[in-house]
Amino acid sequence: MSLQTATAIWVEVASYDELPVNTGKTVRYQGQEVALFKLSNGNLKAIENRCPHKNGVLAEGIVCDDHVFCPMHDRKIQLSTGLVQAPDTGCVKTYNVTVKEGKVYIEFTKATFS
Amino acid sequence: MVQMKKLVLIGNGMAGVNTVEHILKLAPNKFDITIFGTEPHPNYNRILLSYVLSGDSSVNDIVINSYEWYESNGITLYTDHTVTEINTEQQTVTSNQGVCVAYDQLIIATGSNPFMLPLPGADKEGVMAYRTIQDCEKMIEASKTLKKAIVIGGGLLGLEAARGFLNLGMKVDVVHICGSIMERQLDPTASSMLREALEAQGMNFLLEKQSAEIIGNEHVTGLKFKDGTKADGDLIVMAVGIRPNVELAKRAGIEVNPGIVVDDYLRTNIPNVYAVGECAQHRGIAYGLVAPLYEQGAVLAKHITEVETAPYEGSILYTKLKVSGVDVFSGGQFMESPGTKAIRIHDEFAGIYKKVLIKENKIIGAVLFGDTSDGTRLMQMIRNQTDISGYDKTALLIETGGNTNDSSNVAEMTDDSIICGCNGVSKGTICSAIKTQGLSTVEEVKNCTTASRSCGGCKPLVSDLLAYTLGDQYDKTAVKESMCGCTTLSRDEILEQIREKELLHIREVMNVLEWKTAEGCSKCRPALNYYLAMINPTEYVDDSTSRFVNERMHANIQKDGTYSVIPRIYGGVTNPAELKRIAEVAEKFNIPTVKFTGGQRLDLLGVKKEDLTQVWEALDMPSGYAYGKALRTVKTCVGQDYCRFGTADSMGMGIRMEKRFERLNTPAKVKMAVSGCPRNCAESGIKDLGVVAIDGGWELYAGGNGGVKIRAGDLLATVKTEDEVIEYTEAYLQYYRETAIYLERTSDWVKRVGIQPIRDVILDAEKRIGLCDRMNTVLSVTTDPWKEAIDNEKIQKDLYEVIEIK
Repeated sequence: MSLQTATAIWVEVASYDELPVNTGKTVRYQGQEVALFKLSNGNLKAIENRCPHKNGVLAEGIVCDDHVFCPMHDRKIQLSTGLVQAPDTGCVKTYNVTVKEGKVYIEFTKATFS
Repeated sequence: MVQMKKLVLIGNGMAGVNTVEHILKLAPNKFDITIFGTEPHPNYNRILLSYVLSGDSSVNDIVINSYEWYESNGITLYTDHTVTEINTEQQTVTSNQGVCVAYDQLIIATGSNPFMLPLPGADKEGVMAYRTIQDCEKMIEASKTLKKAIVIGGGLLGLEAARGFLNLGMKVDVVHICGSIMERQLDPTASSMLREALEAQGMNFLLEKQSAEIIGNEHVTGLKFKDGTKADGDLIVMAVGIRPNVELAKRAGIEVNPGIVVDDYLRTNIPNVYAVGECAQHRGIAYGLVAPLYEQGAVLAKHITEVETAPYEGSILYTKLKVSGVDVFSGGQFMESPGTKAIRIHDEFAGIYKKVLIKENKIIGAVLFGDTSDGTRLMQMIRNQTDISGYDKTALLIETGGNTNDSSNVAEMTDDSIICGCNGVSKGTICSAIKTQGLSTVEEVKNCTTASRSCGGCKPLVSDLLAYTLGDQYDKTAVKESMCGCTTLSRDEILEQIREKELLHIREVMNVLEWKTAEGCSKCRPALNYYLAMINPTEYVDDSTSRFVNERMHANIQKDGTYSVIPRIYGGVTNPAELKRIAEVAEKFNIPTVKFTGGQRLDLLGVKKEDLTQVWEALDMPSGYAYGKALRTVKTCVGQDYCRFGTADSMGMGIRMEKRFERLNTPAKVKMAVSGCPRNCAESGIKDLGVVAIDGGWELYAGGNGGVKIRAGDLLATVKTEDEVIEYTEAYLQYYRETAIYLERTSDWVKRVGIQPIRDVILDAEKRIGLCDRMNTVLSVTTDPWKEAIDNEKIQKDLYEVIEIK
């Protein structure tokens, strides 16, 4: 099932309780791949599953607080902003995530349908 | 918009590119820059070539400016282009490949050429110089077939080249015209200490020999001397000095004598043409060491960008010999002369010699042998002409670790003083990085500015700069290698606290030891996970979120996000049924690539994450741990069952070892091998533990490595039985597990700790039994991770599931 807003689609992807803590989950939807994280404080974060450096899969990185370390070359990326931390540069796309009645929804944009 | 000025640099080496770096910092976007270089490489650190030759670094490690650097700074780079013409009237340069570029300002940094002695026979094959990456590659290639080298020249370069040949497994004679080596940097005492140290490493010196003729037919076979004697050798390297490379400048009508003559602002006699580095001659001197080149570059950059600068007035020379196992430093005036007084320390037991020369209450020079840690500090005092009348003279040579004098010393240095000679990083650059980037450790300064990245000699000065810039905020204890940026504690301190306070969880360690971050980082989390399990093998519960991807997933992630699967094939011995099964799995799961590994097993590459557990189930074989900081394989040769030379059952021994140590977690990966005779077909000499059968027993070699830093293993022990092989290996691996730093390979560990102390522990029966006991405990609690995942739905869902939304 999907909830629709004017500019974006909220897609149900998982049940909150079943997500492991600090281990990323790979989510694919319409050609987009997202890394979904449940942090140790219970918050959910979702970012594009490719490091801007050399396309490392971020879902497999080590998670520390609000950061994930890319498993390929250890780029440190802030989950809330998608910003690659100094001394490296770059950023990844972030996705909005929400929980409703125990279900996790990620907001995908329509532009991705093309 | 003002049109950008066209700046052309001829020579893509350290001096020229360093100048350009300065220019970019001083006046970004003001110049349209073009660089020509003859060598087919970006700018690399020529003074570190000896590390490439010795195998400690790869060519990539010594690159200073990557191709990306040129690109991101908008520089047009022509490598493999030699400039053949400068037209100083039209202001253009032309390369041998026909590229013609106009300039507003031109910097010539063509460096120097090695001087080749014009001996009869110098045109034979096997006569070469030692200056470029290509020379290094040639030498490495030659060492594969040739046995003995002769190096002509007992100076800095010659000795580094000779050491390189020893590392490459060749014999080497060093021919020198004088009676003492490095006589242009060392006094007779230091010189003879150096000679003895190098002789102990296997170098053979032929002193007071004047070369007369190179002998051989097409290829060199030896060298004849004026006194009628000769030396055999199939490769001759001339390292007798360098000559400024000025042909191009001379043709263009620029004044040379013999270097390109420049004034105190590096200007030549032609307007808008400058020269910097080894090709330039300033006040009669052409410098051949790196620090002066950087000093010249700093002045030239300021002059070109019209920033006010003091003139360049010459450099005081200093040098360090880069030969492993020998520390030599020389700076300023090193020989006594009328009016000088010296302070000397000569400890013949420790092999340390230090001499400081003083004239009119100022240090004017120093020679250090065996311990060069004072070098950078003394050099600063020489440069600053520090008045030492108030100093306790003998204290000049005593380590002043916590002394505040150090900080006041760096305080007196000007902002453009070079702190890191290898990478040309100035005091100003470091201080501003400390302030603007909020750096607080030497490690952070290294990562941010590259200071101390190469030889590490300037670490004490960087530490002083941190103290000077941060004042009381600087925690000197952080100078010791802290585990990571999350803590100031070192590995040893953390382990001590874990044991003392009986800490059992990563979170607990971080809380009790006051980590700066709540959940650590990718450095400390895996390290703590290892140390906690090492200390408490039976109680500690492994934290999969603190494992690197490969160890968490029990498969090797590939660059496209797929995985490779390598099942255990004990001792590299398999059978038809197993091979059929592997083939069927590869077909069933459409595995794109199947490859034999270097460790005698099969690699299934390109497996999707969501298929991993099914592939393992279908294989029905244990994990090969090819992804882990763990025992990888035990490589074996065929041994006595089939081989006519074999003296023992190497396959059987290898299988037994692999079965004993499979699943063992170690600080870094461990590779082993068993060879059935000293022909060593399983390459036991380059393994973390290599076993070689000899008549009536086995030899165990430790700390070998065939990877990034090739290192031959050291003989650890000679034992009689297979049981003893297992017993000594248990003790050795457990001692490694307990004392190594996480991620430290045995090759580095053995180098750091020394083979003798390790032998002492392993050969001590009581200690050995203790180690074996602890190893037994560790091995008793391991389980096969693939089987665990196959049997556990939660693991499958948490780690391997991919959510696909249609």
